[in-house]
Amino acid sequence: MANVKEVSDATFRKEVLDSTVPVLVDFWAPWCGPCRMVSPLVEDLAGDFAGKVNFVKLNTDDNPATATSYGIRSIPTLIIFKAGQPVSQIIGFRPKTELKKHIESVVS
Amino acid sequence: MECDVVIIGGGPAGLAAGLYAARARRCAVMLEKNVIGGQIALTASIENYPGFPDGVNGFDLAEAMLQQAEKYGLQTIYVSALSVDKTDDRFLVKTSEGDFRTKTVIAAGGGTYKKLGVPGEERLIGRGVSFCATCDGALFRQKEVLVVGGGDAAIDEALFLARYASKIRVVHRRDQLRATPVLQERAFAEPKLDFVWNTVVVEVLGDDVVTGARLRNVISGEESEMAVAGVFIFIGQQPNVDYLKGLVAMDETGRVIVNDWMETNVPGVYAAGDGRRNAARQVVSSAGDGATAAIRADEYISEKFGVWTPPK
Repeated sequence: MANVKEVSDATFRKEVLDSTVPVLVDFWAPWCGPCRMVSPLVEDLAGDFAGKVNFVKLNTDDNPATATSYGIRSIPTLIIFKAGQPVSQIIGFRPKTELKKHIESVVS
Repeated sequence: MECDVVIIGGGPAGLAAGLYAARARRCAVMLEKNVIGGQIALTASIENYPGFPDGVNGFDLAEAMLQQAEKYGLQTIYVSALSVDKTDDRFLVKTSEGDFRTKTVIAAGGGTYKKLGVPGEERLIGRGVSFCATCDGALFRQKEVLVVGGGDAAIDEALFLARYASKIRVVHRRDQLRATPVLQERAFAEPKLDFVWNTVVVEVLGDDVVTGARLRNVISGEESEMAVAGVFIFIGQQPNVDYLKGLVAMDETGRVIVNDWMETNVPGVYAAGDGRRNAARQVVSSAGDGATAAIRADEYISEKFGVWTPPK
């Protein structure tokens, strides 16, 4: 839990866009079943990539401005940001091994 | 890995089969390629599963079923099943990550939503094209959306979207709905719902996100464009049992032919839920199928390999 910080419209710039390391953002909402399957995987992966990639989550219900500006129309959506730019996007549930491979390919 | 029962699919049929197989103290493994619950994981409220007078959230129900089955020893592995082959008196299930040898196979693959097969659709999935209002509906607050289809799923999801969207246009290729009367009553009473009859979607429009759809009236042939932020597609499902092709008999729609015991024409292979012929395609009937298949699989293992005996 502690590995994945909750970010908001207000903190998104500081935590994500201004980060010096790549950041994976888990766009989720409490009503979304598949999000509840992705969240524990994201927490695990945060441990695996500790120090190399920051992992944060953004509640799309409470933070519609950020969700809208990145065109989020389906959740769970995971977006990896490098130097303030979205560089890859995964929409929908994927098994952990697949997520891991994807993150490795993007950040390495 | 070797087991007694390999269950392919983690929806209600697979989860019930897993519960029964695990309680029979058979080594049971359930393979799921996506989200536990299958189609019900994407359903906000299931109102027709007995025992829940106020309805139950589909994902909650699936999670509870999983906990119950795992409590008795069901193992869940997140992989895709690719093929099933008979080898001597066992079966070999090949998956995206390794093979499983097993005495029996229960195919509980369920269904996958059908796509329209029109330009723009595939490219804009997750970017305004959706097959799940429950998943994505809240991201369309105060926006106008299209729903394609006229069955239970289409109307259910259109009603769900009415919580968020400002206007929902239900596009249906016929001039009346196929949905259950109680859903039709609700649909016609919902002021946010409009119906566009005798019409099909011929293209989904938009560069990065959906901005509209091109429609064609099937009677006049006239085409028109409609500005919408989302296109929700519910035009039925296709069975998800391709991994059994060539092994067991199927009907012309690709569904597995089974008898009253969920037995296929190959002893030791069973099919349960939406992937079998003549399924009622309900949560309750799928769970029933899964239980039947697991009970029969347990009997088959007892007959062929010996009965379960308590540990000394």
